[in-house]
Amino acid sequence: MREVAIIGVGVTKFGELWNSSFRSIGIEAGLKAIADANLAGNEIDGMVLGNMSAGQFIKQKHIDALVADYSGMASNHIPCTRIEAGEASGGVAFRQGVMAVASGMQDYVVVAGAEKMTDMDDTSINSVLDTTADAEWEASMGLTFASLHAMIAQRMIHDGIATREEIASMSVNSHFHGALNPNAQFKKAIKLESVLYSSKVADPLGMFDCAPISDGAAAVVLCPLEYAKKHTDAYVKVSAVAQASDTLALFQRDDITSFMATKVAAKKAYEMAGITAKDISVAEIHDNYTVSGIMALEDLGFFERGKAGKAVLDGQVQVGAGKLAVNTSGGLKARGHPLGATGVAQIAEIADQLRNKADKRQVANAKYGLAQNVGGTGSAVTVSILEAI
Amino acid sequence: MSSVAREWREIPGRYNLKGSKCPVCGKVYFPSRDLCPHCRRASIGKMEPYAVSREGEVYTFSVVHEAPECNNRQKPYVVAMIKTSDGIMISAQLVDVDPAEVKIGMSVRAVLRKLDADGESGVIHYGYKFVPKR
Repeated sequence: MREVAIIGVGVTKFGELWNSSFRSIGIEAGLKAIADANLAGNEIDGMVLGNMSAGQFIKQKHIDALVADYSGMASNHIPCTRIEAGEASGGVAFRQGVMAVASGMQDYVVVAGAEKMTDMDDTSINSVLDTTADAEWEASMGLTFASLHAMIAQRMIHDGIATREEIASMSVNSHFHGALNPNAQFKKAIKLESVLYSSKVADPLGMFDCAPISDGAAAVVLCPLEYAKKHTDAYVKVSAVAQASDTLALFQRDDITSFMATKVAAKKAYEMAGITAKDISVAEIHDNYTVSGIMALEDLGFFERGKAGKAVLDGQVQVGAGKLAVNTSGGLKARGHPLGATGVAQIAEIADQLRNKADKRQVANAKYGLAQNVGGTGSAVTVSILEAI
Repeated sequence: MSSVAREWREIPGRYNLKGSKCPVCGKVYFPSRDLCPHCRRASIGKMEPYAVSREGEVYTFSVVHEAPECNNRQKPYVVAMIKTSDGIMISAQLVDVDPAEVKIGMSVRAVLRKLDADGESGVIHYGYKFVPKR
């Protein structure tokens, strides 16, 4: 296998982008990434696109063809492949792109993630989210995606793994960083009370525990590590990409306060990179709900069981505060969560951190960064590790 | 909107909590499976019907305040993961109860209720919900 580098990064603004269509955001991110890599379009060998639900949100399937066409690549006739893995679509697309380059099948691959959610009404959008759970035995029984995570939170509180305040503090951390990211949907720091007293969504979780409905796209350009220097000095190495699966329905698990797929993917990723959790300085984790973020910090090995919540509440994972900065982009909660775009946006943030391009939210001297992307309630998880050169 | 057939074929599970049992390792599953995840190929064609216990206790729960259109009329409503007395976990609604009185460990039993309907002229979906055991 060849070693792989990221040589270009492009991200759109995230948020309610009323003026932009799916076509325009997807292309914007890709073009930015290709320009950042100092490449010409004719040098691209292939594209991989993470997207969860364009078929429902904009009633358009076959978006691989659409993106190839509107990015001008249809005239080059290069392959474009759409990946769907729930909210892990972006993370899985990244892994597919890395494998294509590592294998030697392709040299220059653009991995993009894009989702246009706001072309649909709010209630219907939430029902689309519910489709990443088990449609027959969870969603159809009246369980919402938020309520599944709320039940995890309820059990964590009951078992003494985290308090309600500790869980809520994940949102405070994400908003603290969102205020530093010009592309974030919410550029405003918030207080713990704002989370605790936000309108109820699914007890014990409120509105500020939940990632918003967002439009947005992100893209990265991959090539063999040995070619990277030809194009740019600002590149990073992909040290690991790992993916793991678990049952579709949450109720089929032995333990719901931990995602085994995160643990397995993390273990594989650390082995591939030859490092441990202690070597990671900056991490983007999947805080689609606050409780998911707390769980991820423990499953990824950053904190012992029952310790992550207090660390987040104490502000220990804010940039500059400790050894590990978490969700410097604002995370899913404050940067925004355009489902299929999220996994690639996480990679883009880690790459920018390791290239010293993260401006006000820059983590000093980071060597390794990690991204964790989750589909469903831990049914598909990718963990990727990038390394500064 | 789903087809009548999609509802009809799930009636044993939805109405009667019929799951399946692997005769090779003895593990029981709900909903029913054609293959035991532990025994895999050795279990194909051999999975047996298994009636899940209709009694259990609340393992965890949530009160839903933001609901999909089909359940909007009921909100706030309680959803829960129920651990049945034979050790199977099931997710369902918990009804005939004040949401403030729901607790982890609470004893419950399964009942057959209307789940929702595909509009005014579509299929009415029925299935299990749980109520407090009194």
